[in-house]
Amino acid sequence: MNYNWNWSVLWADPYLGWLISGVQWTFAVALAAWVIAFALGILIGVGRTLPSKPISFICTCYVELFRNVPLLVQMFIWYFAVPEIMPEDVGRWMKRDMPNPEYVTAVVALGLYTASRVAEQVRSGIQAVGSGLTSAAYANGLSTAQTYRYVLLPISFRLIVPPMTSEFLTIFKNSSLALTIGLLELTAQSQQIAEFTFQGFEAFTAATVIYVVIALFATMIAQTLERFTKIPGFVGKG
Amino acid sequence: MGDFDYSVIWDNLPFLWQGLQLSLWLTFLAIIGGIVLGTGLALMRLSGFLPLSLFAATYVNLIRSVPLILVIFWFYFLVPLAIGRPIGGFYSALIAFVMFEAAYYSEIIRAGIQSVRQGQVHAGQATGMNYWQVQRYIVLPQAFRNMIPILVTQGIILFQDTSLVFVVSLRDFMTVSSIVARTEGRLVEMYIFAAIVYFIICFAGSMFVRRLQKGPTA
Repeated sequence: MNYNWNWSVLWADPYLGWLISGVQWTFAVALAAWVIAFALGILIGVGRTLPSKPISFICTCYVELFRNVPLLVQMFIWYFAVPEIMPEDVGRWMKRDMPNPEYVTAVVALGLYTASRVAEQVRSGIQAVGSGLTSAAYANGLSTAQTYRYVLLPISFRLIVPPMTSEFLTIFKNSSLALTIGLLELTAQSQQIAEFTFQGFEAFTAATVIYVVIALFATMIAQTLERFTKIPGFVGKG
Repeated sequence: MGDFDYSVIWDNLPFLWQGLQLSLWLTFLAIIGGIVLGTGLALMRLSGFLPLSLFAATYVNLIRSVPLILVIFWFYFLVPLAIGRPIGGFYSALIAFVMFEAAYYSEIIRAGIQSVRQGQVHAGQATGMNYWQVQRYIVLPQAFRNMIPILVTQGIILFQDTSLVFVVSLRDFMTVSSIVARTEGRLVEMYIFAAIVYFIICFAGSMFVRRLQKGPTA
């Protein structure tokens, strides 16, 4: 192997700034998309378990559609196809006047995609509570809304903390796909540094270390959260 | 929507088919490689020999905390450097996918191995089998039978993941669709067509998984 090491390139003038800006964009995309994914995912996941046939059918369609198309294709459809399909003035606004189009598109695409994955976790959490408790709630005269509010949701939300934290980590990793529509997040910046300096090893190592640190932090927070939300008697499930 | 032009798909069908073949071929080879390497990692992790299990655990956790695109970039950079000459995008991508997916497969396989009860292992040892015989004839066959649905599901995810070779311009189905979209100026048609093709394949795959789970051997 013939390679000239030069770790100092990571601290050199424009490149350190590129890395920092990349980390900021990664966080900005992942966190904003998580808000969409979390809110919408809960609605759809709950919707799939509702007794109403039309609602659960629509929610099932959403999950199947967004899960079975690669995120990259979805990203391109939101970025290239949607402005063309929209009514003319909306499309023109999206192409010309929308502020930060790459960022907005990446957040929307990643958020709606991850919502389908969150919905699956929510659904399996609700189903893990068991039909016994649901029947007991109905037998006590609780309405469907009350059954969800007082029985199903409080238990299932605590059960799904571990899988949800892994979804949270996944959204950080998937935010790297934003580079395909031109958003310079962490992976894109490391690639750009590699191209400019020919120090690929150093640049990719920097990005790898940052992703690992993010993962370690998220895992630490997750473990604390799990300690507080664990339900005795349900240990190991969920 | 009115001026939706289907002919662009028809005219470029052979080119698109070539791309899809590359995607499927890459998926197939990466599944085989990922399962083989993943089984090795899982056995290392469960071996009880600290350096081996520590190595496997570190590898799996490291790979699982970085994005696939970064791994693809890594191997595009490292493979030619390590070999000393360029070997072509396909092989670099294949190595990246095998190394990446092995980490995910090894977690599935580890859970599968642990689902085989200890009594089975003891029974094998009691009849005089050595470690490899116990794994080969008792543990792995049962573990893999339990894991088939999850392995197929991971295969579907892997197929979707292959679209990411777009970042290094390898001509898979996604890259080819995007080339047609740009040269013909038909972005809407081509990306929606790509979405439909991926959807049909992945949805059929997940229906297949559902049938496996309901099947008599489940």
